[in-house]
Amino acid sequence: MNMIKNQASEREEIEALLPWHAAGTLSRRDAQKVEQALAHDPELAIQYETVRQDLVETIGLNESLGAPSARAMQRLMADIEADASTARRVRSSFNFGEWLSDKLSSFSPRTLAWSATAAALAIVLQAGLLAGMFVNERQGGASFETASVSKTETVKPGTDALISFAPTATAAEVTKLLQTYKMAIVEGPAGDIYTVRLAVTGIPKEELGKLIKQLQEEKAVRFVGPKSSD
Amino acid sequence: MQTTSDEALIGRIAAGDKLAMQVLFARHHVRVYRFVLRLVGDASRAEDLISEVFLDVWRQADRFEARSQVSTWLLAIARYKALSALRKRPDEELDDETAGAIEDPGDDPEVAMQKKDTSDVLRKCLTKLSAEHREIIDLVYYHEKSVEEVAKIVGVPENTVKTRMFYARKRLGELLKAAGVERGWP
Repeated sequence: MNMIKNQASEREEIEALLPWHAAGTLSRRDAQKVEQALAHDPELAIQYETVRQDLVETIGLNESLGAPSARAMQRLMADIEADASTARRVRSSFNFGEWLSDKLSSFSPRTLAWSATAAALAIVLQAGLLAGMFVNERQGGASFETASVSKTETVKPGTDALISFAPTATAAEVTKLLQTYKMAIVEGPAGDIYTVRLAVTGIPKEELGKLIKQLQEEKAVRFVGPKSSD
Repeated sequence: MQTTSDEALIGRIAAGDKLAMQVLFARHHVRVYRFVLRLVGDASRAEDLISEVFLDVWRQADRFEARSQVSTWLLAIARYKALSALRKRPDEELDDETAGAIEDPGDDPEVAMQKKDTSDVLRKCLTKLSAEHREIIDLVYYHEKSVEEVAKIVGVPENTVKTRMFYARKRLGELLKAAGVERGWP
């Protein structure tokens, strides 16, 4: 009795899978099960034939519906331009170098000097907290202010590198990179190249090479190289 | 030539790449349009709705988690938009009568049968199905969605998908029978 019940429910299960078998979207295991059942069940085979007819006509019907006009794409692009999230995204994915170069080039030389300092300090602010923690850690608590860092402090001898961020790098990605590597931007941009402080003390050449190599593989980095000490 | 995957396009869209958006649109808009058109039955409305669907993709691309295919995600958004649009029209609820009336401007199945064209009758009967049944038949046969993907798009358990498809086929058989086409099942 139970065996008959099981066979019936198994057949129902196979019947239910016929449309997906016809469309070719079943897993290999289920497809094999259906194939086996079809080979031994002529009634199921008749049913499968109707499924195939339905599939062909459904495709034909849908294909006969035509396509939307170019208006749909035009409307979409206009909506995207007007969408608030677009402006937000453009802001967050802009290139620091390009933005700062553009801004700075519009200023007078005197203003430029002040603006450059202010811009550099603003960027230092992003990684400031971490850089501060890092410096304190390495210097046994020696004072190293971050956002309010003075010029003399930023040029203390240490291990620096030159870095250029990928044009597609977002502000969040750059910040994350600075945090991950415990770096702080100490100078720049010159063109689109910044000077980043990798460590406040000198680090062995081998270690520096390894660090640079790691950085080179980061998506947000376009170029990175050691900065020769003056 | 290697084409960029849908998932990679979504990643680029999330970063604000409008060109990637155009590529994704070009790749999928016809199928999404047809899916929406079959639900709302109005070409101009379907066009407006697909713009809205892709605008949602633009806004939500960073939330796409790749647990399903991009096309499945698109159809799920499209379905939601279409049903919401239909709900906004109090006189045009998505019921069987409305769907049938919208989708069937031509002969009724009996008349079509007189033309002795089984294929034509079958297509007419496909348009006579309820919206729920038409939707599932389209998703399985035309959009080639698996049981799991249909479940995600429609928002019902997989077993319900199988049962609903079975009853859609059964109903189609009954409509054909009523139009004089005997296929041996059901």
